Amino acid sequence: MAVAFDEMNIPGGDLRPAYQELARWLKETPPEALEYRRQEAELLFRRIGITFAVYGDSESTERLIPFDVIPRIMSGNEWARLEKGLKQRVRALNMFLRDIYHGRDILRAEIVPDDLIFQNPVFRPEMNGQQVPHDVYVHIAGIDIVRVDAEDFIVLEDNARTPSGVSYMLENREIMMRLFPDLFARHKVAPVERYPDELLSALRSVAPQSASGEPTVALLTPGVYNSAYYEHSFLADKLGIELVEGRDLVVKNNEVFMRTTEGLKRVDVIYRRVDDDFLDPLTFRPDSVLGVPGLMSAYAAGNITLANAVGTGIADDKAIYSYMPDIVKFYLGEEPILKNVPTWRCREPKDLAYVLDNLSELVVKEVHGSGGYGMLIGPAATKATIEAFRDKLKREPEGFIAQPTLALSTCPTCTASGLAPRHVDLRPFVLTGSKSTTIVPGGLTRVALKEGSLVVNSSQGGGTKDTWILDE
Amino acid sequence: MLSRTAENLYWLARYVERAEYLARTIDATLRVTALPAAYIGKTNEWDSALLTAGVAASFYQAYEEANEHNVVEYLSFSPNNPSSIRNCIEAARLNSRSVRTALTSEMWDTINSAWIELQAVWSKGTSTREDLAKFLRFVQETSLRFDGSAYRTMLRNDAYWFSRMGVHLERADNTARILDVKYHVLLPEEEHVGGPLDFYQWSSILRSVSALTAYHWVYRETLKPWLIADLLILNDTLPRSLASCYGNLVRNLDQIGVAYGRQGPAQRHARGIRNRLEHSNMNDIFQHGVHEFIQEFISDNSRLGEIITKQYLI
Repeated sequence: MAVAFDEMNIPGGDLRPAYQELARWLKETPPEALEYRRQEAELLFRRIGITFAVYGDSESTERLIPFDVIPRIMSGNEWARLEKGLKQRVRALNMFLRDIYHGRDILRAEIVPDDLIFQNPVFRPEMNGQQVPHDVYVHIAGIDIVRVDAEDFIVLEDNARTPSGVSYMLENREIMMRLFPDLFARHKVAPVERYPDELLSALRSVAPQSASGEPTVALLTPGVYNSAYYEHSFLADKLGIELVEGRDLVVKNNEVFMRTTEGLKRVDVIYRRVDDDFLDPLTFRPDSVLGVPGLMSAYAAGNITLANAVGTGIADDKAIYSYMPDIVKFYLGEEPILKNVPTWRCREPKDLAYVLDNLSELVVKEVHGSGGYGMLIGPAATKATIEAFRDKLKREPEGFIAQPTLALSTCPTCTASGLAPRHVDLRPFVLTGSKSTTIVPGGLTRVALKEGSLVVNSSQGGGTKDTWILDE
Repeated sequence: MLSRTAENLYWLARYVERAEYLARTIDATLRVTALPAAYIGKTNEWDSALLTAGVAASFYQAYEEANEHNVVEYLSFSPNNPSSIRNCIEAARLNSRSVRTALTSEMWDTINSAWIELQAVWSKGTSTREDLAKFLRFVQETSLRFDGSAYRTMLRNDAYWFSRMGVHLERADNTARILDVKYHVLLPEEEHVGGPLDFYQWSSILRSVSALTAYHWVYRETLKPWLIADLLILNDTLPRSLASCYGNLVRNLDQIGVAYGRQGPAQRHARGIRNRLEHSNMNDIFQHGVHEFIQEFISDNSRLGEIITKQYLI
């Protein structure tokens, strides 16, 4: 594996410009002071109750995501390039979805194979021909970005369903500003706090035509036991909208209402953090108690906007991912600004043969998996695990893709033995409303805290960092 | 506001109030039972603690004897007792989490810190009297802090009123339950079943509603059972009296009625109970029987809970 790109240090001993001030500050700050503030940060997180639940973990049902107090810093120029690429990518995702559920030009042009769409469980036939306001399907996208060198930004994964993590972006900044006011005074860090406002205006801008002048927006959560519940309540609070569960909503005459102490009140836009499958027991899983019976008929009648739209999973599916560069070119006629990780599609015999021959060097992912579950990291796996995976692959090759193990970039991170480089990724959040696409400068940096580890998922022991975009 | 939010706020307040009440009951019982037997007679104070908590039936399914160890365990920590202090705090935290957006950060911090402390410090219960005293103080302080944060930080809107209604309804129920269990020691002197030793029972009742000092301020008298009954039932200057709880309930319901531009059965029912309390005096109540009066009150009060639920919370 190649040597990882170090975001702070240039080989030879120089520092990258964005990190110079931080390096000076670190030199002046005794390690005890850093450790003291690290503990303070942890205390704050616990008191505020910024926790998440880990499924299948009976020990402690609420855990903290470890927070690393060393910020990750990017220059304004780097961000400008990334921002342009993200907007391009999300525009293409929205156009792709519009096309898949309407004319299907891209299938006729044989850019994406039919069966990847129609055989795909996340394709929603209910959405065929369905109009969504302003043709926006993905109002909130979380695009996972990694770097392997100073030039390129690479998309690891598109999240176009119900991406989470933005509350950490906001809370990490809050806590950093509380703990390190001196450090902020020495940098010009672009603020992130307008995210809730941007989100609310994006959501309001896509209200259905039948909505009143002041559309009512609500956030639909699966409830307190969901792993991202803290984020749901945090966002509802910041947006000043009701945090509803399925049982708070009722559909009458194809309109959606919430049950309030003053009777029923119409809802126009639902920022839903419930998966498609659970939205409406009459249309999708009949055993869902999280959803709202009749929601899909209100949706079909155009009386409610769901954000994100139903059926967006077909755009962020790992099987579709490898076609994204072609998708961008097809709809926009532009070269993609963000790169893709080279991907072997195990459904194609030639690719499968290569993957089987090189398992110990590749990362193999389930096409429909998420959260870092069910993947094989070849270089880190034992022989037995690799062999077990080989059998799985042979049995169901279409369920997997494979990618080279990327040497994710590193940032300085607090460890038991002082500052050390750890691998990071970045999830910026891209908002699309009726008129514009906006991105708050920054995002959620996830860091693999274990030495050498490349898995940044919070469910697998990853931590987070505040992400600074310098406003030069 | 969402009906579910109102429901959560209302129950959150009830759970916190209940936890405090249980702590006070245990505290008061510890004091009485610390006295030599000659001073308190033959009654099993731990048994009456169970009765005032309303959990005697379920207790005896799990335990043989109502002694200090068993009752403290059951009322404070038992996971099997749905209204143990631990379960009240757990339920309060769960309710808080569901309505975080309707709580001020001070209220959330109070409940969340209490829950963290419950797990960090009290997960194994208490082993000594000293420990227990600390635990009971912790519970009472949590309630005071919660009440104080609500009072000082919440907007005066329906969220606040639903939360206050939870407090007052629960409080009225608790005070009425003490009276229900202890009414026999509160009868006028001529009908008295006990003797002058009841003094310790009386002070124990007052202590469990934190009204011992208040009593002296109001009546400037030695402890007299009918005055104690008067204080707890009719005196609306005592925050835990039935009259005061109902004055507040009527006010909160009226505020909601005004805000929503509509009154309903809850307002009418609460006003009915308040009027009855306003127009009663202790003589009449003793004539008709304290026990009957209290029983009727308890069922009226829980009926109000049902009406509020139906009118606003579902």
